[in-house]
Amino acid sequence: MEIWNRHIECMDRQELRRIQGERLRETVERVYFNVPYYRNKMQESGLGPESIHTTDDLHRLPFTTKQDLRDNYPFGLFAVPMSEIVRVHASSGTTGKPTVVGYTRNDIATWSEVMARTLTCAGANRHDFIHVAYGYGLFTGGLGLHYGGEKIGASVIPVSGGNTIRQLQLLVDFGSTVLACTPSYALFLAEAIEDARIKRDDLKLRVGVFGAEPWTENMRREIEEKLRIKAIDIYGLSEVIGPGVASECLVQDGLHISEDQFYPEIIDPVTLEVLPEGKTGELVFTTITKEGLPLIRYRTRDLTTLRYEKCRCGRTLVRMEKCLGRSDDMLIIRGVNLFPSQVESVLLEMSEIKPHYLLIVDRVNNLDTLELQVEVDEEFFQDKISQLQTLRQKIQTNLESSLGLGIRVNLVEPKTLERSEGKSKRVIDKRKL
Amino acid sequence: MIVHQLSVFLENKSGRLTEVLEALGSERIKITALSVADTSEFGILRMIVSDPAKAKELLKERSFTVNLTEVISIMAPNEAKYYAKVLRILSDLDLSIEYTYAFSVGEKSVIILRCSNTEEALKALKDHELDLLKASDLYKL
Ligand SMILES: [Zn+2]
Repeated sequence: MEIWNRHIECMDRQELRRIQGERLRETVERVYFNVPYYRNKMQESGLGPESIHTTDDLHRLPFTTKQDLRDNYPFGLFAVPMSEIVRVHASSGTTGKPTVVGYTRNDIATWSEVMARTLTCAGANRHDFIHVAYGYGLFTGGLGLHYGGEKIGASVIPVSGGNTIRQLQLLVDFGSTVLACTPSYALFLAEAIEDARIKRDDLKLRVGVFGAEPWTENMRREIEEKLRIKAIDIYGLSEVIGPGVASECLVQDGLHISEDQFYPEIIDPVTLEVLPEGKTGELVFTTITKEGLPLIRYRTRDLTTLRYEKCRCGRTLVRMEKCLGRSDDMLIIRGVNLFPSQVESVLLEMSEIKPHYLLIVDRVNNLDTLELQVEVDEEFFQDKISQLQTLRQKIQTNLESSLGLGIRVNLVEPKTLERSEGKSKRVIDKRKL
Repeated sequence: MIVHQLSVFLENKSGRLTEVLEALGSERIKITALSVADTSEFGILRMIVSDPAKAKELLKERSFTVNLTEVISIMAPNEAKYYAKVLRILSDLDLSIEYTYAFSVGEKSVIILRCSNTEEALKALKDHELDLLKASDLYKL
């Protein structure tokens, strides 16, 4: 397996920590002197640039949120004069103003570097044809993949999104070997290929790099079966840099974070305490080389776990698990943090049911109660009471052992659970606090 | 003989049974027999109807979880000893009965049962010269 930057990606962890500390100190100094917002916030906490020596001091710094970016719309958090900015991207603002990010020439180089690592992680090299079907434009997906692809010397085909017929024609005619798009679009393409009666042998696709939206292991299996490619999960967010923040390698056991650029922490989204290795919580990033828009302890709202042991691919960079969901969805049941996605992954492991469920939280006599309604799947339904009772007990046992929470499972008729455009309401919280 | 029984999963919610019957009624489907097995949370409705395939479609369209199950039907005089005889034949062969129900037609009764091994049960019942009802006869009752 090729590694783009062996020096960094396989670095001794102690050496890496030293570099991270150094870069963190420089970053803190830069934001303190160049971004009034950060200076004020640090002064309020009685901190100065000299307060931060190593990454161990990071927890003393205040968090940055998406709201802070909005409050300083559009360029308020930039740390360089606009003359140094060579590129601006923005994320669509579904609620309120868009989030604006700016890059210096060095930031673009950093971005290309981490994307080169990502693509190499997925097994791509200069002999590949990369079909980029991520959107080009204000969204970071298209251009992020584009620059990374050029950096490794591959032939980049900037198809962007839409026009599926043409996408199929180019895939066949150009013999693309790498597909880059969102996982849902990959599934859509797979179906279109089937409908168009294109033979698999007419395609040279080998691997796909998919990200920009949450997807399950089941979706991965489906994509891998239908397209007969290896489906690699990539992670990124425009605030941090765009795609390239982390990527799976061919081992497909967690995503390697380019932590020489983006320093990760996992926090409890309620107490905001930093959590130890292996605990699930909200992912927080501090960019430690970015110039245009450096971010200190940026709360991603994404839930995951970090693992620091060396990977079988040889990389020593920390790995994050596939994102489990959003911290905004978190429930606290009898003091235990619970994410609906945890319930979903337990259900997904059971072949007898489909993950159509509804969680109902209530409070009876000052005690939180948790009820899970699961639809009975027609393929599994026989007319035996005992079979249904066994199923119900099995779901309950699996959930309790995985979540560490007592839960009452009820089997319900299909479609009882409201569905709209594929997205269903997963949680009803009846507690009045 | 083997008869296709319509089995429907039902939540214990008022009005659901009515909806099932109204759906079948809309296409004039006749019900020969009906039984409900339930727990405190859910139930299974079991029916012998005049057109099982059509009934299944009707209910599927209305999003019910429904299946056709193979059961055995036997016609015997409606005295307890005949019912007992049927059960004895099967238990002597170590065949377990998952459920059974019956209804009377005049002096006769029709016994419906689901057994762990349908074929073996049928053979044994035939050997004892029991009157196994054909589906077409049963649906007409
Ligand atoms: Zn690896």
